[in-house]
Amino acid sequence: MSGPIGKPTPFIDAVQKVTGQAMYAGDYRMPNMLYVRFLRSTESHAIISKLDTSEAESYPGVCAVVIGKEIPISFGVLPISPDENAIAIDKVRYKGEIVAAVAAETIEAAREGAKIIQVEYEPIRLFLEPEDSLETCAFHEQIHSHTKNGKNIHKTAELRFNEPEKEIKTAAHVRREKFKFAGVTHAFTEPHSTIAVWNGDDTLTVISATQVPHYLHRNLAKVLGLPMHSIQVKKPALGGGFGGKSDPFPHEIITAYMAMKTKRPVKCTFSREEVFITNHGRHPTEIDMSVSCDQNGKITALDTDIIIDGGAYGSFGVVTSYYNGVLLQGPYRINKFGFRTRRVYTNKPQCGAMRGHGAVNPRYAVEVMLDMLAHDMNMDPCDLRINNFLPENTLTVGQLRITSNGVRECLDTVRMKCDWDNRYGKLPSGHGLGVACGFFISGSALPIIWNRYPQTVVHAKLDFDGRIVMFSGASDIGQGSDTVLVQIAAEELGITMGHVQVEVADTKITPVDLGSYSSRVTFMVGNAAKTAATKVREEMAKAIAKEKGVIAENLIFNNCRIYTKDETVDLSWEEGVEIALAGRGAFVESGYYISPKLGGTFKGAGAGLSPAYSFGAFISEVKVNPNTGEVNVIKIWGAHDCGKALNPLSVEGQIEGSIHMGLGQAMSEELRYKNGQQMNANFFDYRIPSSLDTPDMDITIIESNDAEGPYGAKEAGEGPIHPVLPSIGNAIYDAVGIRMMELPITPDKVLSKLRGGE
Amino acid sequence: MGLKQIELTVNGFSSPFLVQSDEVLLFTLRERLYLTGTKEGCNQGTCGSCTVLLDGKPVLSCMTPTLRCVGKKIITIENISSGDTLHTVQKYLVEKGGLQCGFCTPGVVMTMVPFLEENPNASREEIKEGLSGNLCRCTGYKKIIDAVENAAEEMRS
Repeated sequence: MSGPIGKPTPFIDAVQKVTGQAMYAGDYRMPNMLYVRFLRSTESHAIISKLDTSEAESYPGVCAVVIGKEIPISFGVLPISPDENAIAIDKVRYKGEIVAAVAAETIEAAREGAKIIQVEYEPIRLFLEPEDSLETCAFHEQIHSHTKNGKNIHKTAELRFNEPEKEIKTAAHVRREKFKFAGVTHAFTEPHSTIAVWNGDDTLTVISATQVPHYLHRNLAKVLGLPMHSIQVKKPALGGGFGGKSDPFPHEIITAYMAMKTKRPVKCTFSREEVFITNHGRHPTEIDMSVSCDQNGKITALDTDIIIDGGAYGSFGVVTSYYNGVLLQGPYRINKFGFRTRRVYTNKPQCGAMRGHGAVNPRYAVEVMLDMLAHDMNMDPCDLRINNFLPENTLTVGQLRITSNGVRECLDTVRMKCDWDNRYGKLPSGHGLGVACGFFISGSALPIIWNRYPQTVVHAKLDFDGRIVMFSGASDIGQGSDTVLVQIAAEELGITMGHVQVEVADTKITPVDLGSYSSRVTFMVGNAAKTAATKVREEMAKAIAKEKGVIAENLIFNNCRIYTKDETVDLSWEEGVEIALAGRGAFVESGYYISPKLGGTFKGAGAGLSPAYSFGAFISEVKVNPNTGEVNVIKIWGAHDCGKALNPLSVEGQIEGSIHMGLGQAMSEELRYKNGQQMNANFFDYRIPSSLDTPDMDITIIESNDAEGPYGAKEAGEGPIHPVLPSIGNAIYDAVGIRMMELPITPDKVLSKLRGGE
Repeated sequence: MGLKQIELTVNGFSSPFLVQSDEVLLFTLRERLYLTGTKEGCNQGTCGSCTVLLDGKPVLSCMTPTLRCVGKKIITIENISSGDTLHTVQKYLVEKGGLQCGFCTPGVVMTMVPFLEENPNASREEIKEGLSGNLCRCTGYKKIIDAVENAAEEMRS
């Protein structure tokens, strides 16, 4: 490739970000703007027996007070579980839920107004832990009225193939283990923020820190009762998401409603504590898993029973429930396979999608169990894995279609780089290595809301100025999707990246993209962008060929010139543009992406389907202090198969960021609750790794060149987190011979295990 | 409590302001001066995104009462690069991929610029130490540290 594709490319918005010029949602300010603050519930589960807003309404500066009944239509990112209201109606389900909203001239007036709202609660039975929610209760005690059999089970996802339970009873080598994972949260640095403007033409503009402008657009229309053509959602610069901004949120709907009601611009920015209690992070999880192998170390069966603690509302929970199971079908061949995941409602902030969605915790479990089985059989854990890898171009037992697959190369690379064969099992006590692999979707093949549209459309516009503008709904959340759009257009048209600009994530201007979730953007938007840019080139070539009397296919677009090999035609880009636009002016070409039809016909067959899958293998090196229980992760070798790195700089960045987030969940991060009250809703007590906690990282990008990915590309944003956690767990075993079955791996747990406790 | 009239010197320019006596500098900068390059990540003194320079020293503007800044020179991210030319630290953050979402980046710049002025020969470990008050959730810090190392090298030569 002669253009920027495949070359390390600084982000197109990096200069704006490094100079403080980039505008995030919280940086916007409108004339005559109001501010919104909330009254939040102090009870975890209670009937709202009294709610009197009259005093607040007359508080100086207060312009509007809204309670739940005014916005009664429920919503949710998944159309199958629209179980949330913008503001609690009649009852509250977690401490911190919004009970009333106040819009005022100043933040202080809004805050004071919210404070003097009179509210009384009648507490009802609490369900704080999953076991509480599995018990039968009276109907009036249920968290939601729609759950069945008097229990608070939101979703049971179950798939079984070829009776794994039978195999597990008779197999040569079997392990059955239990694991427990604390809930963790995204902890993006930019708090949620939304501004809504009710325009004079009865349209609504919402600028919001969201990963999913399209789903926000749809849910605003539903809840506010507005036609979709009257709503514009814009995503400005976004300060990190990781799945934590991939739902439509109550504050977004309330802010928009306030703008409709007051006919004034309205702004709402969260405090850090509000970000924590809004959560939507990774589900606290309990896993009971059995894995069996035959005499030769071939995995014969996997069966697992999983309970995930969903908190008070649905969010992505139905998908999470399936992902906990179905994404264990790779990277190993397992033909007898079963899982059941039960997602329960509890009276805590809701959980949802977070980087590596649904698959991170069960991945820890399976990789630790493979390590155990390898030790049981006296096999090298790398060899056991190699023995079981799926090949390229195959189907898994649940009919996930595997295409490109670089997992073997990933494992061979990290194994060689860390000198595994000479060091594993041979390091002094307290010092160890551990290996784990990963597997993840590269975009969900099915849209969240069933429809006949493509999953993304990109428009490329050429005008007299020689500029290409790429119009895409894709949401750059820091992963660099805007830059990839520009790279692709520059590559296809043989022009500099400076010739290409983007208009993105604006539901009035840009064609629909479903959003930045499920690691779908590079694959889907990349393909659509490539098509759009290629069509611009073909259209230009047609005009130039006609005027110059050559064959269009013989025209080469490179280095800002358009020429034939024999140089009978040799035009500058600008000359080519003039010819292409003569008599017609600016034109737009369109590209789209629709996933191929995939998967089986059984119920649940759609879960985990993707047009391609990423693979990876990581090795961690740790030192464990036997006196304090402290674990120091010294170095991590990571190899990730992203198909083709369109921008190696950002692929590396995604892998390194995944190591950071995986390290945090493995070692220190945990949302703690007491009676439903979140106890560590700040960065002092919720410990994400700092620069000092950062291990050395040795990153290798493996390129398996996927046949359907743009230039061969697959995902890199989520897959790399999966192997990080179990590679650390397995390294601790190599160092000190203990199995860590609960995350985070804090010194007290290590010490307790070292002293023989459980 | 109540309003106070004060004079502040921000980015080399002095002007009078009416501020609340319990107001913090972050609020003054963002809400009164509309200098939004300084970011509010936590308002609790934990994330470093709001770092600015007070008489050349990095401070967390969310923890700094505005009244304490009277008579001192306040420098924000908006004043670090001159015109078209990025500061060396900024240049390498861009080139080396030392930022993704960019929200923590102004704070990183405002911490690392004075750090390198004081510690021109900082080792990689010392850079990690110097950066430890700035939380970044995207990069895993590696490329930030790489960028600062590169900047230190160029600033030394």
